[in-house]
Amino acid sequence: MKNDTVLSMRGISKSFPGVRALHNVDFTLCEGEIHALMGENGAGKSTLVKVLTGVYQKDSGQINIAGTEKELRIKSPQDAQNAGISTVYQEITLCPNLTVAENIFIGRGNYRFINWRSQEKRAGEILKKLKIPTSATRQLGTCSLAVQQMVAVARAVDMECKVLILDEPTSSLDEQEVALLFSLMRDLKARGVGIIFITHFLEQVYEVCDRITVLRNGELVGAYDISELPRVELISKMMGKELEEISELQHQKKTVANEDIPLVYEAFGLSSTQGTKPFDFKIKKGEVNGFTGLLGSGRSESVRAIFGADRITGGKIKINEKDTKISGPKDSMKHGIGYLPEDRKGDGIIEDLSVRENIILALQVLKGFFHPFSRAEAEDFADKYIKLLGIKTASMDTPIKSLSGGNQQKVILARWLLTNPQYLILDEPTRGIDIGTKVEIQKLVLKLANDGVSVTFISSEIEEMLTTCSRLIVMRDRNIVGELKGEEMTQTKIMHTIAGEAAQNA
Amino acid sequence: MLKSLNIRKLSHSQLAIPLFALFLVIAFNVFRDISFFSINVITNNYGNTVLSGNLISIINGASELVLLAIAMTLVTSATKGQDISVGAAAAIAGSVFVRVLRGNEITMPVIFLALATACIVAILFGLFNGTLVAFFDIQPMIASLILFTAGRPIAYWINGGATPNVDSPLLSYIGSFIPGIPIPSPILIIIVFGILVTLALRFTNLGLYIQSVGINERAARLNGINPVLMKLLAFMILGVCVTIAGAINVCRIGLINHETILIDIEMDAILAVAIGGNALSGGKFKLAGSIIGAYIIQALTITLYAMKVSSTAVKAYKAVVIIAIVVIGSPVVQQHAVQLRNRLFKKPIKLTENN
Repeated sequence: MKNDTVLSMRGISKSFPGVRALHNVDFTLCEGEIHALMGENGAGKSTLVKVLTGVYQKDSGQINIAGTEKELRIKSPQDAQNAGISTVYQEITLCPNLTVAENIFIGRGNYRFINWRSQEKRAGEILKKLKIPTSATRQLGTCSLAVQQMVAVARAVDMECKVLILDEPTSSLDEQEVALLFSLMRDLKARGVGIIFITHFLEQVYEVCDRITVLRNGELVGAYDISELPRVELISKMMGKELEEISELQHQKKTVANEDIPLVYEAFGLSSTQGTKPFDFKIKKGEVNGFTGLLGSGRSESVRAIFGADRITGGKIKINEKDTKISGPKDSMKHGIGYLPEDRKGDGIIEDLSVRENIILALQVLKGFFHPFSRAEAEDFADKYIKLLGIKTASMDTPIKSLSGGNQQKVILARWLLTNPQYLILDEPTRGIDIGTKVEIQKLVLKLANDGVSVTFISSEIEEMLTTCSRLIVMRDRNIVGELKGEEMTQTKIMHTIAGEAAQNA
Repeated sequence: MLKSLNIRKLSHSQLAIPLFALFLVIAFNVFRDISFFSINVITNNYGNTVLSGNLISIINGASELVLLAIAMTLVTSATKGQDISVGAAAAIAGSVFVRVLRGNEITMPVIFLALATACIVAILFGLFNGTLVAFFDIQPMIASLILFTAGRPIAYWINGGATPNVDSPLLSYIGSFIPGIPIPSPILIIIVFGILVTLALRFTNLGLYIQSVGINERAARLNGINPVLMKLLAFMILGVCVTIAGAINVCRIGLINHETILIDIEMDAILAVAIGGNALSGGKFKLAGSIIGAYIIQALTITLYAMKVSSTAVKAYKAVVIIAIVVIGSPVVQQHAVQLRNRLFKKPIKLTENN
């Protein structure tokens, strides 16, 4: 590994009116290194990256980049790009209706004439060099999310970058796709590119990174070699406190083994328009179960079918051991089922409405079109749940879109808790939110189960499922391929079940 | 302190721009000719003692536009698009209204019958647009283009190509004045209608549901709201408003001319929505904004007439003023204004944190 500094940031400070986002932060990136930038939501990671990419102007401090003596002034994203700093964001910011080649070259260079053929040829070479499994002429939107993400990386890399910033690139990828992205990152690292990697997945940090810089409350906690910093220490540094709570959770979990406990929900041969194979499912009162499997395995589609989010095409449903017909979300809601969707932005929040309106929405719909809550009632509800879940918002009239991801998630959670459900489906409730909030949500799930609420919990992080669930349903290719309980619930066993018997020895 | 807070709150509110524009139009007239605002008590042709003056004509003349602006706001919010067939639909509703009136001796029950028939027809046409938009996912402007083109010809056919007169003191009660009440009836109708709308928004979830559908249809559906129903409802409300607007206009002039009745009003209605600070891309709305917008447009027209601008040229002048209002209200200018204010007053305006 080479150890020449490629980027150094010294004493960076940035304030917004009323908020000190960064205070005297140092950051050093070496050539050919993958450097994780860690911290909870609001720790200043995004601000630091945005200062570096010219989205924000720093208040004070100095940025230097290898090869030039003098201080680097970044006033716009264009400046950053010219200096060799490229960024790939969490949400793919390419054009899905253009081809891969067009996406790689769009907005760059002399544009009076375009030689399509040579552009495609060149794009083909880049794809081959980086081992990206797609062709240059394919429309980007038809590629998988991982490939789209990789095309974004390819575009960044082709702009002769010295520093590549990957901001949560893996949050919508499944494990194989992540592996693909990681091999690309290692490849780039070998070419001497310095990579700044931002993620919420600890696993991934330890798999691919060399060094970690930890921020907390806008201040630098420290920079560490990955080998010197065990996970537990990393977490305690990020949170600023010892984290015994996580291990405590393990003991709170109890298995619902008692046969006498009544079933809350039962489905036989349930299928929906989203193409899940007909499946059987049941859950008892106060039980926490999980659906696991790779992305696209049908776990989200299954729980959507349970809630009636997609049109149900077949099967029988029993709720509280009585035959029931579910023809849409409202029917499920009336039977006390709540559903926190996987896609928070697309399916969950009503962006422009206030936190208050977002909290009361589901209960309001249940109460009926002609019976709106009075302002005072709505404020009482909102107030109660903002306090209960510790939602950080300027006021209950703030539009939900200006809250951070974790707090938006809490608002959606509050929305369903308010309906006092007997069965709550949580699809990826902890995605993209910081560890502190994750633990809070896990604790809440266990508490709900204790109070007799049945919960279905889905998470991409198996560890999280192991902490909360007492039963795991394993899916592959839109089929249920196994069900694990008690002692069987281990990482390896789950992996093997997902992979199928053939891969036992893999 | 409290007062300054309120002013600051107002200046951040969506209504700041429309109120400011209204203020400008008024201020302009104050400086131009203060007598513009004088209200006289006169005796009209029917021997009624009535109020007259520019202010009255503005408020009176804007009635149809206010109705359509209210409905257009709801349609815009729920469907992220605009219905451009409201003028044509008003011609149809007005023609049906006249057709029923002509077939009978005009009495109060007959007027109500005519109104109800026109209303049903207009709602059906609204449902036609609504179905195209809600079921077939056609952009509202394209969907309503069909009626925009075909509406006036349909109205032509309803009265056999004629532009018949309807004459009755009862109709003039609706179109101009009720004996003994000095305020023009359309103004009274708008007040009543305004109260009804306010009550509807207060005692139903119309506002919450429509906004939810307009902001995030998928999320609204997952919370048990039926987006198709909400869009159809918006178009049905539009049908009702179109009928009242058409009927008022027929009663004002005592005849129906399907070619000219409320001509080009769809553009003014859309403008009123936009001037009111509502996004034409749907979602969150403020009805008060659209209503103020409608009055601004009418105030502009009357001001220009008072300045002896010829009626053909009025539109050009109006366009200039409207461009100014829309540009001032645009996010780009707003952002610069905030920056300028921050630099001048150094007041910490809390930005939304984005982390």
